[in-house]
Amino acid sequence: EFRRFSLERSKPGKFEEFYGLLQHVHKIPNVDVLVGYTDIHGDLLPINNDDNYHKAVSTANPLLRIFIQRKEDADYSAFGTDTMTRKKNVLSNVLRPDNHKKKPHIVISMPQDFRPVSSIIDVDILPETHRRVRLYKYGTDKPLGFYIRDGSSVRVTPHGLEKVPGIFISRLVPGGLAQSTGLLAVNDEVLEVNGIEVSGKSLDQVTDMMIANSRNLIITVRPANQRNNVVRNSRTSGSSGQSTESSLPSSTPNILGSLLQGEEESDEEDIIIEDSGEPQQIPKATPASESIESLSQIELLHESTQNGFLPSSEMNLNHSTGSISMEYEAPEPGPKSLEEDGTIITL
Amino acid sequence: MRRFLRPGHDPVRERLKRDLFQFNKTVEHGFPHQPSALGYSPFLRLMAIGTRSGAIKLYGAPGVEFMGLHEENNTVMQIHFIPDQCQLVTLLDDNSLHLWSLKQHGGTSELREENRFTLKGPPGSPPSATQVTAVLPHSSREVLYLGTESGNIFVVELPSFRVLEDRTITPEAVLQRIPEDNCNRRSCELVEALREHPKNPDQILIGYSRGLIVLWDLQNNKATHHFLGSQQLENLYWQRDGSKFISCHYDGSYSQWPVSSDNRQAEPLENTVPYGPFPCKAISKIYWQTTKNGLPYIIFQGGMPRASYGDRHSISVIHGSQQTAFDFTSRVIDFFIIFSSDPAAEFDDPSALVVLAEEELVVIDLKSAGWPAVHPPYLASLHCSAITCSHHVSNIPLKLWERIISAGSKQNIHYSSMPWPIDGGTNIAPDPPQRDLLLTGHEDGTVRFWDASGVCLHLLYKLSTVRVFLTDADPNDNMNTLGEDEWPPLRKVGTFDPYSDDPRLGIQKIYLCKYSGYLAVAGTAGQVLVMELNDEDAEHVVDHAEADLLQDQEGYRWKGHEKLKTRDGPVRFEAGFQPFVLVQCQPPAVVTSLALHSEWRLVAFGTSHGFGLFDHQQKRLVFVKCTLHPSDQLALEGPLSRVKSLKKSLRQSFRRIRRSRVSSRKRRGGGGNASEVQEANAKFDQDVLQEMELAPVQRKIEARSAEDSFTGFVRTLYFADTFLRDSSRHCPSLWAGTNGGTVYAFCLRVPPAERRMDEPVRAEQAKEIQLMHRAPVVGILVLDGRSTPLPEPLEVAHDLSKSPDMQGSHQLLVVSEEQFKVFTLPKVSSKLKLKLTALEGCRVRKVTVANFGSCKTDDYSENDLAVLTNLGDIQIISLPFLKLQIRYPCIRKEDVSGIASCVFTKYGQGFYLISPSEFERFSLSTKWLVEPRCVVDMPEVTTNNHVHKPGTENAARKS
Repeated sequence: EFRRFSLERSKPGKFEEFYGLLQHVHKIPNVDVLVGYTDIHGDLLPINNDDNYHKAVSTANPLLRIFIQRKEDADYSAFGTDTMTRKKNVLSNVLRPDNHKKKPHIVISMPQDFRPVSSIIDVDILPETHRRVRLYKYGTDKPLGFYIRDGSSVRVTPHGLEKVPGIFISRLVPGGLAQSTGLLAVNDEVLEVNGIEVSGKSLDQVTDMMIANSRNLIITVRPANQRNNVVRNSRTSGSSGQSTESSLPSSTPNILGSLLQGEEESDEEDIIIEDSGEPQQIPKATPASESIESLSQIELLHESTQNGFLPSSEMNLNHSTGSISMEYEAPEPGPKSLEEDGTIITL
Repeated sequence: MRRFLRPGHDPVRERLKRDLFQFNKTVEHGFPHQPSALGYSPFLRLMAIGTRSGAIKLYGAPGVEFMGLHEENNTVMQIHFIPDQCQLVTLLDDNSLHLWSLKQHGGTSELREENRFTLKGPPGSPPSATQVTAVLPHSSREVLYLGTESGNIFVVELPSFRVLEDRTITPEAVLQRIPEDNCNRRSCELVEALREHPKNPDQILIGYSRGLIVLWDLQNNKATHHFLGSQQLENLYWQRDGSKFISCHYDGSYSQWPVSSDNRQAEPLENTVPYGPFPCKAISKIYWQTTKNGLPYIIFQGGMPRASYGDRHSISVIHGSQQTAFDFTSRVIDFFIIFSSDPAAEFDDPSALVVLAEEELVVIDLKSAGWPAVHPPYLASLHCSAITCSHHVSNIPLKLWERIISAGSKQNIHYSSMPWPIDGGTNIAPDPPQRDLLLTGHEDGTVRFWDASGVCLHLLYKLSTVRVFLTDADPNDNMNTLGEDEWPPLRKVGTFDPYSDDPRLGIQKIYLCKYSGYLAVAGTAGQVLVMELNDEDAEHVVDHAEADLLQDQEGYRWKGHEKLKTRDGPVRFEAGFQPFVLVQCQPPAVVTSLALHSEWRLVAFGTSHGFGLFDHQQKRLVFVKCTLHPSDQLALEGPLSRVKSLKKSLRQSFRRIRRSRVSSRKRRGGGGNASEVQEANAKFDQDVLQEMELAPVQRKIEARSAEDSFTGFVRTLYFADTFLRDSSRHCPSLWAGTNGGTVYAFCLRVPPAERRMDEPVRAEQAKEIQLMHRAPVVGILVLDGRSTPLPEPLEVAHDLSKSPDMQGSHQLLVVSEEQFKVFTLPKVSSKLKLKLTALEGCRVRKVTVANFGSCKTDDYSENDLAVLTNLGDIQIISLPFLKLQIRYPCIRKEDVSGIASCVFTKYGQGFYLISPSEFERFSLSTKWLVEPRCVVDMPEVTTNNHVHKPGTENAARKS
């Protein structure tokens, strides 16, 4: 079925409202659906929260093509990078599912249900030669699994090239978190740990800092292999091309430093057992003066972690039957109000 | 959180911080590490000690101390005071000479280097030509005579160090007057000794190494007498009237020579080998001291029979028929005699023998019968047995202070009552603000009580825990019990005894309650002793209990040392702290934390396996809690198999330290066998190091997990009367923090005083907090309703503290190695935190609450946390808001033992070991500053009467 309707581009509203609108337009008030859209590169991308909804609206040019699938038989593989070009016609897949019956039936939950394990962050503000990697130790049993060593690197200084001491990754433990992400490699130079520069610090100091931050470790490295760098402002990486007009000045890597500190508050709660009862997380005391600040910080980080997780993997999934697709036309492009930080997750 | 990371910009606070905090290293306590030279000025009555690291320290009356450091950091070989001046000259092993002087500046005297000089020979001459071997500051104070290896004696002017070339005494000039047949050019090689004639400043005695001794007339520039010794010469000494001198020799003999105008080529009056007839070692220095009764004192170093006693470090005193060889436990560096310095006096009348040994200073009273030792008021050998822990108690009540002193004085009866003989200078420092005790625990099971109130760290009392246990060593086995007619007449002196009978006796934790006089000490083999101060000797049975910390956990086997065996039946204890309860942990692992609550009569102790609470009133174990993680096998097996990697890393760090020392030593060069050996060692070390550095040092990055080893290790124990269960009722509680970031809180029920003996103390676990970052918990503290730390037990009862605010809500501060966290009580919710490691990469090593007073106003003071990190920095962090106030670099981060030894006081001072034998004292406070302030005045020199200095009374008071 196709529907076509218009939406105020400058005021797209919340995703929830939009979702309700879709259900209303299609007269399926109690059916759970997956919403997707095709972006300017022809990729089929999901709409499941405010951020990607806004993004979708803002990139509509001027027509935004929306696809709706019944959730229980959704075709997840339809989403992702290069979906539109790889598959000659997503629509045909969607509409004629019988072609693909041979694929095994595996149910995998939505991307937002996964716990992130690692991510590259701040792509837009770091120099291209650097990579900021976040390892989420929380909740996994995998060891972080890497070693660091002293070494020396060459820096450009006002006096020309100079050899300066540096900290390098010396070993990755097979099967460890660091290795499995593929984002860190032996001989990568460690530049920062959770926003704090390591230059001038000893190996032991950096070790202590990393271990102290091990639940939410963010390391900025200069990869030894510079060929796999994320290249900004181009489409080859397939990272769905956000942040093309990043308004943040580049090479200000410390901006997030203090934010990350605040962010950590929420994911590192100590545990208390009272009178030999059940272990509980220790709540935060909320004295009047601090509550607002800390609350707003949590809100903020909530947004930043939720925003824009995009599936980049290719999974074998069953395809859907009985999907609904629809198109609608958005009005004139409004001002882009939202910046995204180009987060990628690796599963 | 971010608010607390930002440096404060509040100008009012910044100003207040300047009034509160200030970092100073104020004084070094203890005995200088590796002393290498000794000097004494009878005129100033000051003693100088030089060290192998180039430090020079002057000591006079107690409290009179000066310190200087040669830039070169080279070994100080010789120290000579300029006669009748506030100046001294040092000779370093790089052959440089340095002139130091004491000058008054701003009301106090300061030691400053004035000038330096290296003797240079003519171009092309070998270095030995100018290698200085003997230094003689002439009594005219204008010149120095420098004897060299080549046999030349150079004359340099003071203070300019200008060489007066025309006055050089060459071997050729010396040989002119000496018959050819028994002398040749080689007789005049290496000047061993230079001595000015005691009555005639124009004559100097020159001793050459090969035995030739020449009396040289400075006026006429010629040798007037010569004396031919058959043996290699070691040293010379004039008799007071200048009619005779004495020489000592390499073969262990000494000779007396007459100096008379008629006989210009004398034969020795007497030639003696005091410890013959078998071959003896060299006598390296000798004194001849005359007395009124005619019998001289002959005091010399060495000369022991080579085969049987060649390894002894001895100084012998012969006076008539009395002869004693004082036997030192470490090498004798040098010694001097304090005698009448009045030039008009007819006799020397020696009063004291001062010996600088490698590890201690020993002073012998020569006036009293039996030649007893004098108790030194400073330069204490802190390391007479290795220091294993320290504990500082501020502001000791006078009553306890006096009782400790009285107990100590009973131990010191064998010391001489002579006032301290080195009494130059005047101590003008104000009296110490309070009485402070520093307690050091030692490897041999002793605890030493030091008066740490002032500049002189002074031993008050020594406590031994050995008597409680049965050890292999027999306490009656004493080296002093030699028979009457034993030869040589050796007598052991000094306290330095680095050999521990049993390492299990080592003291690991000390806790003294200054109000009640209860003391708890805990040791290496899981022993916990509770003691009480008793002014009398007593014989009693020590109650004994065992605390099984494993509590029936199956399948564990302790592979470490066995527990100590206890003595059955009553044991006799001398006056002082007498143990009445012994608790032995099972397995007998090192006690890692200790807390004593003297009001509740409870003692808590923890090891790597768990912790326990003991009621020392009823002598009953209240409870034990095993903190061991079931998978932690390492902790169970004991110290033998445990932590190989730790051992390895320790060894590496030692090597690193040694390498830095070696490389600095290498530069010094110098001849001699010993330095060749050192060189070889250095090369070996270097090779080992290079080998090690081929494999890159790498560090594993891994989150800590509950399964890590030693998570159960109990790091801290704390008693508090606080709101643990509900906010309406407070109760006694015990808090414990482990290496794995767990905090346990137990609610205690202590019966009221009248039923204290009838009802048992009960304990119930109320809370368990797991810090998710799992870093070791190093400190626990409860803040009262006014955010003030709870007072110590009995502090309120003695009216020395305001009672804590029990109305407002209490807060719990947990300090881990990585973070500071404040939680609310009784409902635990997190309130504040400061993350240290995540931001700075440093870890907390020591933390204490310290009270800082303002130097501007008397009525302002505040409590802050004083923190020492593993990088050796000291940080002050405010309470209760956990804001970093200030940071000072204090200890080198490589100095692991220095950082481990640091103790803070309650008033913003601290101590740490800079060597095994020395504490550096530092101050963080503007208000409490204990540092030497002293004046050395030039005594009047014109009169012939020695001016007795006012410092003498000080000495009498202190010693």
